[in-house]
Amino acid sequence: MSATAVHSLWTTAAVEPLNKIPAPHIEYTQLSPVLIVIGAAIISVLVEAFVPRKGRYVAQVFLSVLALAAAFAAVVALAAGGYGTTKAQIAAMGAIAVDGPALFLQGTILLASIVAIFTFAERRLDPADHGHKVDSFAAEAAAVPGSEQERAAVKAGFTTTEVFPLALFAIAGMLVFPAANDLLTLFVALEVFSLPLYLLCAVARRKRLMSQEAAVKYFLLGAFSSAFLLFGIALLYGYAGSVSYATIARVVDGAVVSVDPALADTMGNDVLLLIGFAMVLTGLLFKVGAVPFHMWTPDVYQGAPTPVTGFMAAATKVAAFGALLRLLYVVLPGLTWDWRPVMWGVAIVTMLGGAIVAITQTDIKRLLAYSSIAHAGFLLAGVIAATPSGISSVLFYLGAYSFVTIGAFAVVTLVRDAGGEATHLSKWAGLGRRSPLVAAVFAVFLLAFAGIPLTSGFSGKFAVFKAAADGGAGALVVVGVLSSAIAAFFYIRVIVLMFFSEPKADGPTVAVPSALTTLTITAGVVVTLVLGLAPQPFLDLANQASVFVR
Amino acid sequence: MNPVNYLYLAALLFTIGAAGVLIRRNAIVVFMCVELMLNACNLAFVTFSRMHGNLDGQIIAFFTMVVAAAEVVVGLAIIVSVFRARHSASVDDASLMKL
Repeated sequence: MSATAVHSLWTTAAVEPLNKIPAPHIEYTQLSPVLIVIGAAIISVLVEAFVPRKGRYVAQVFLSVLALAAAFAAVVALAAGGYGTTKAQIAAMGAIAVDGPALFLQGTILLASIVAIFTFAERRLDPADHGHKVDSFAAEAAAVPGSEQERAAVKAGFTTTEVFPLALFAIAGMLVFPAANDLLTLFVALEVFSLPLYLLCAVARRKRLMSQEAAVKYFLLGAFSSAFLLFGIALLYGYAGSVSYATIARVVDGAVVSVDPALADTMGNDVLLLIGFAMVLTGLLFKVGAVPFHMWTPDVYQGAPTPVTGFMAAATKVAAFGALLRLLYVVLPGLTWDWRPVMWGVAIVTMLGGAIVAITQTDIKRLLAYSSIAHAGFLLAGVIAATPSGISSVLFYLGAYSFVTIGAFAVVTLVRDAGGEATHLSKWAGLGRRSPLVAAVFAVFLLAFAGIPLTSGFSGKFAVFKAAADGGAGALVVVGVLSSAIAAFFYIRVIVLMFFSEPKADGPTVAVPSALTTLTITAGVVVTLVLGLAPQPFLDLANQASVFVR
Repeated sequence: MNPVNYLYLAALLFTIGAAGVLIRRNAIVVFMCVELMLNACNLAFVTFSRMHGNLDGQIIAFFTMVVAAAEVVVGLAIIVSVFRARHSASVDDASLMKL
């Protein structure tokens, strides 16, 4: 062997291979909503580190609201620029889709997040502690409940302003989730929004043991389900040799004819496709809280701080349904005949299960949790339609539902007794006599949940069921209407309890909120009524936004 | 060796992890079982990557490791705070909220 050949065994020419790596091309304009929120989240961590404790609350609230408003403006600008319709495209080297459904859902998530952040920032519900205003979050989340350290933190007036950066990171993940255009981005976005939510669940000021318990349950079950999602992604990767949605869709359709003989066992093997797809679906259905993957919902909704519950219930559902729609409509149209029966079953048990179990609940937050399960079932009925009107009806329903949910949980934070929020239903008896306005507002939200005409709930349900019926799922609509009737029973029961029973002597009081929570609740009522009375412009918007880019 | 054998191993590890999550009662052990499931996914990714002759799977394995590390940070923080409050990390003891 020559000297140079031996030498080349342990050396290599340095310059040439480096030149061959092309720099990725990133479309910063199209990705600006996500980038703004992530940037704000990072600045918000720096605020947490460097701004003195006194100024943090104001700085964090201001920064969060500003960033979310700016991101929403960016979404509107992109939509106005035609990225939702004619200029829909795939950005960031195939990782993120910029199209109608993505922009519509991102806008919904951002608006819902802004009003949810207002409830995070509310500091007038609890009386001041040692002369310091307090919010819904623990003085020091790391301190053991009831310990000397906790008392010292309360006395010093600490607050967990870390909730704002955590919420911003979660929102950033949620913005990417419905726009993810490959399975890796889907998984990373899922974790980016889940991990901050696990922490947010654990930081309640009152009932801290319950809050920590909710966090541990949510975390263990969430991690379990995301492991399923990841293994499903691995199997789909084995099936198609790529994690890009478009490539997988092509392999499913059989458009890739030349299969390497060495890969005959894996490439295009339907066993991998079906098992992998079932596991990915499990992960997504867990996030939307569909039966039989709903067991975490009531406990987490009950234990988490109520502002976090409202945020999570609305925004997670929007993001997860967006991802589910994209997966079913972009990746697996070739498998519609396989996934439809499965989703039929899931939708039926979700609608009936949520509605029936909700009847037995005695805690208002658990009741709303089961109601959210039932609503996941109604949304699944729209997903199953597998028609363009199915997509637009689900988009509309998500927009309507998220504001009702955040508003309803904001009202729950107002009804308080000595132990904090009075969530037991018996304590809500006679609330309508004591504070008619709050009870009336809550009644509006409950009627919207029930789907009574002239509220957004009715327009949403009508759109979803109509799409399902047109898509050939008539039986599903019958089940949906039946479970709506069951659900109406317990919503109306709460209204009857509030208005037609005698208030108890030791009943809860209704706290007078600051402008922040008032704004949230007002936004909820306004959206509920506007979408109920004049839904057509918004239905048209959802219609325009209902085409996925491939 | 036939790379398909590594897929069987990955499926086996995943099943062991999933069974562990369902059977074990200590939150830390449950969490370790979840990590085992994630590592089984990594093995599957790397094996498929070898079989397909592209690098996507190996890159994804790196992402999974980072995500798993972040999950450890969050998970241990929550589990330790629960342990300090209750002096128990058993998932059966966490039963304040029931139907």
